[in-house]
Amino acid sequence: MGKPLIHRSPIPGLGLSMGITLTMLSLIVLLPIGALLLKGASYGIEGIWQTVNRERVWAALFLSFRLSLFAALFNLVFGLLLAWVLVRYRFPGRRILDAAVDLPFALPTAVAGIALTALYAPNGVFGALARDLGWKIAYTQWGIFIALVFVGLPFVTRTVQPVIEEIEREVEEASATLGASRAYTLRHVILPMLTPAALTGFALALARAVGEYGSVIFIAGNIPLVTEIAPLLIVIQLEEFNYDAAAAIGIAMLLISFAMLLAINLIQVWSRRRIGHV
Amino acid sequence: MSDIPAPRFRAATEEAPAVRWTLICLAVLGLAVLVFAPLIAVFAEALARGSAAAVASLANRDAQAAIRLTLTIAAISVPLNAAFGIAAAWFITKFDFRGKAFLITLIDLPFSVSPVVAGLCIVLMFGANSLIGGWLVAQGWPIVFALPGIVLATMFVTFPFVARELIPVMIEQGRAEEEAALTLGASGWRVFRTVTLPNIRWALLYGVLLCNARAMGEFGAVAVVSGKIRGQTATMPITIEMLYNEYLSVAAFSLAALLALLALVTLALKTALEIRNADALAASHRP
Repeated sequence: MGKPLIHRSPIPGLGLSMGITLTMLSLIVLLPIGALLLKGASYGIEGIWQTVNRERVWAALFLSFRLSLFAALFNLVFGLLLAWVLVRYRFPGRRILDAAVDLPFALPTAVAGIALTALYAPNGVFGALARDLGWKIAYTQWGIFIALVFVGLPFVTRTVQPVIEEIEREVEEASATLGASRAYTLRHVILPMLTPAALTGFALALARAVGEYGSVIFIAGNIPLVTEIAPLLIVIQLEEFNYDAAAAIGIAMLLISFAMLLAINLIQVWSRRRIGHV
Repeated sequence: MSDIPAPRFRAATEEAPAVRWTLICLAVLGLAVLVFAPLIAVFAEALARGSAAAVASLANRDAQAAIRLTLTIAAISVPLNAAFGIAAAWFITKFDFRGKAFLITLIDLPFSVSPVVAGLCIVLMFGANSLIGGWLVAQGWPIVFALPGIVLATMFVTFPFVARELIPVMIEQGRAEEEAALTLGASGWRVFRTVTLPNIRWALLYGVLLCNARAMGEFGAVAVVSGKIRGQTATMPITIEMLYNEYLSVAAFSLAALLALLALVTLALKTALEIRNADALAASHRP
């Protein structure tokens, strides 16, 4: 216990800044989450299990995770490509493209939801095209996948971009001098350097997709067991004033989110150890 | 000597032009389908029956109430979260204490919690069935299905935005300038206003912009706590949903276009800030 809890500092404002930080954090975030956990504790693991262990809930949780995983994998590949193109290549319109990557962060999810539905519904521009090919997108799991790709798009690109900017050309030159082909250099020199950042972006995109609601419900069709996502199930329970069931599903999702947060932190610790910085 | 390969004039640290242009085309095509197409669709659907119909739908009483409510929510929650962000960044970057990494994780927590779960938490804490909520309702201050609940839900989901932008900038700037100002006799507030604030203003502005865009557009958390009372607790995104479900497409997309414009302005300002910061960065690196 050699280290003091708070070191002395000549800079003023410790009490004020600590007070505001801890008070607001508690009031806005920790107490409400605590209320959910308390509700869960009041009917125990047994009670939560009985609520969650139903076909409809399992189907929703499984659907949310499976499609989020696929969407995050798509975003991992496309995000890496996008980051590389935006940092390394110079072409007209690059800055507009770079700004557009952030649009899914800035565009409200409900707006994205109805816009995607308008595009991919059978009478929409892309939907009609798909219909002619005998393919239905909106109101199927494909629609959910596209919405989740949209909301998770910026994460991998934005975490990987700064890392590519910092790569020193000497490393690539050394690799080329030693006779490596460009493909070999990209695969065995560049890609390992990008892996930690790419994984962080992947995990963030996954976490975002699992909890996503606004952009999905319009395009999903919301058929129980088929296209009903887990967050929608919570909303349905709340609309029926079935608070216990809503809380049980909410806790299941919260625990899963915590697990993913832990995974993100472990990835960062692991990459710091491997590379020295993030 | 015919087996000597022809000289190539491409640097060894570049991809072949064919590869380069293929990748660029894939990036452009991908963003065109995934990002630009939905954006264009919003405006195309809003103007499907002409601009007069779109403007008329915005003049509707419920639409006006929704716009006013959304502006009110942003006007309350964004300044509060900005104040929190500044305080948290000051606390975290100017002092050394145990559990700092844990505190940062707690501040980032709302990013990993589903907005719907966030709304659920607020309902469980302040709903009429809860201890606190029941008492508050008895006093005539309902939280859930009223403005305070929507503000709380909005603040929850936008909680980390400002702090997250400020912390890395303030870590990079260190404490030397503030300490120098204190040595010269400046008061704490004066140090903050004249030394710290000018250094962090662009990060602060960017954080506030993002926080504002998300506050005005939040749907999942607000949908759970608002009760969706037309003209009273229906924000712009909630009204968009109600109009869309009533097949009032032009009205829904006209409101959506307003929010999309806000998103575009946010992105334009962000890009402008980045260009400006890049110049400032280049200037500060000049010998």
